[in-house]
Amino acid sequence: MTRAGFVVANLFRKKTRTILTLLSVTTAFLLFGLLQSLSHVFNAGADFVGATRLVTQARVSFTQPLPVGMLPKLEAVPGVARVTYSQWFGGVWQTNTQVFTFAVDAPSYHDVYPEWVMPEDQWKAFTATRTAMLAGRLLADQYGWKVGQKIPLSSNIYPQKNGSKSWEFDLVGIYDGKDENWKKQTNAVFINHDYFDEATLFGKDRTNFFIIKLAPGASGEAVSKTIDGMFENSPDETKTQTEKEFNLGFVKQIGDIGLMVRWILFAVFFTLLLVVGNTMAQSVRERVPELAVLKTLGFSDTDVLGLVLAEAGALCVAGGLLGLTLASVAGGMVEKATGGQFQLPVDAFVWSVGIAAILLMSIAVGLLPALRAQRLKIVDALAGR
Amino acid sequence: MPEFMVQVRNVTKAYERGKQKIEVLHELTLDIPRGDFVALMGPSGSGKTTLLNLIGGLDKPSAGEIHVGGVHIDRLSSSELARWRARNVGFVFQFYNLMPVLSAEGNVELPLLLTRLSAAQRKKSVAAALALVGLADRAKHKPRELSGGQEQRVAVARALVSDPPLLVCDEPTGDLDRKTADEILGLLQVLNREHGKTIVIVTHDPKAAEYARRTLHLEKGQLLEQATLA
Repeated sequence: MTRAGFVVANLFRKKTRTILTLLSVTTAFLLFGLLQSLSHVFNAGADFVGATRLVTQARVSFTQPLPVGMLPKLEAVPGVARVTYSQWFGGVWQTNTQVFTFAVDAPSYHDVYPEWVMPEDQWKAFTATRTAMLAGRLLADQYGWKVGQKIPLSSNIYPQKNGSKSWEFDLVGIYDGKDENWKKQTNAVFINHDYFDEATLFGKDRTNFFIIKLAPGASGEAVSKTIDGMFENSPDETKTQTEKEFNLGFVKQIGDIGLMVRWILFAVFFTLLLVVGNTMAQSVRERVPELAVLKTLGFSDTDVLGLVLAEAGALCVAGGLLGLTLASVAGGMVEKATGGQFQLPVDAFVWSVGIAAILLMSIAVGLLPALRAQRLKIVDALAGR
Repeated sequence: MPEFMVQVRNVTKAYERGKQKIEVLHELTLDIPRGDFVALMGPSGSGKTTLLNLIGGLDKPSAGEIHVGGVHIDRLSSSELARWRARNVGFVFQFYNLMPVLSAEGNVELPLLLTRLSAAQRKKSVAAALALVGLADRAKHKPRELSGGQEQRVAVARALVSDPPLLVCDEPTGDLDRKTADEILGLLQVLNREHGKTIVIVTHDPKAAEYARRTLHLEKGQLLEQATLA
């Protein structure tokens, strides 16, 4: 027998209680792993390193459209290779299925996004046909759309000039991604901005965002500063950021994800602290005489403190690591199930924060019972006082 | 090597219960020679267990000095006293106080976890201790699978596994029937006579005291008499 063996034996003196507590810890760390990865994704700061594209939107919010007329000024900024623009259409398929639909400038969009792969004649058809529509492979497969089909979409924002919110488009191409990562993102629909401009009742000559392709070697940060400086104090102040940051901001519209995640985690861990802390306290209370016997045999106060802390640690480490492992598996499953549209990477960062949380939790739940065990007076404890 | 295993000098022990101060031992002086087997008797509250706890280094006197094996134990710090107990004293309690989650051999091995012995050496010592108390075949059994007498034998094996020179036993037969009590007391007598252990037991049972070389009577915290047996 070793001290570790003694710790494990003590942990399993009440198997049901220990297993239930272990499950609580596992569940908490499973949630922690998934939510922390979500928070990590949403709180990743601006990183211009390696950025090849920037997105310019209205400073206040991308829901406030910018004039398309800004295009030549943007194209003239040093370091800018090509600019395209994109308008959120708010497309709805059939009764209530939201479809990511953007009205784009066809030729420039093709230049700025070489990652979308499609036969060249389909690109030409998209440019040439006013009512043309492109659909991503995932979406087309999901709804069984075929090239040549007429696809009716309604917009929850823009009615046509005749007042109808129903639009009809000709599916002229189905685009794919250039690699696995891009293939996972083929879930949007593109329509012609020119046609949208002509037909819409309002919002003409405006767009939600410009997408800027940087020239090779250009500094994204410098271009971003130049653009935003150019429109400062104008009626259309801009905010220019990397594409990755913009994509995150797009999802953040639903609220401060980081704050929500923090509150949920706080509630989870506070509850866990009470559950495991109570288990440990109860476990020590139940065996005060045994702890006194250990001291009688020559275990020092520090030895006994260490044994109780080790028990709390073993419980938290076992449950925590199991929880984080399950979170990694679940994260991968979520990514697979959504075709990569929703990613929860339980990566090294999440693991390191998780391990720090496990250590903190071990100390938090074990310290008070361990101190109680340490301070036990042998004579009083043996006498049941 | 000092002639006396235990020297208690003018020891007073008082407890505070609320605002009340209760003096359990009053200026008690006692010498126990090396290799002695002493029974402490007396009515409840006379201070027997308190004296045993002081000799075993589980508690410290309010006044006076205690030397055990030449060590002035009331001057040791809490951690020094713990280390000293591990090497020098074996304890046997009335209710055995075994760890229910450990097997008999696990319980006996516990004090050895504080030593630098290898796992193989520990195993050997545990086997020897269990064989000495006649429980070699019960090594893998948990305490709940043993009878009271067997549990107390395991406790005795645990007390002697690290080969301490002094054994202190608090009512070791208080929870046992006559026959089993005699077996345990016989075992202690063997440890005293054949292995040279100095043994101090607290008992209410005059028959148990008969196994000791001498009996000391306490009353109201003071030693009354010393009766040397033939």
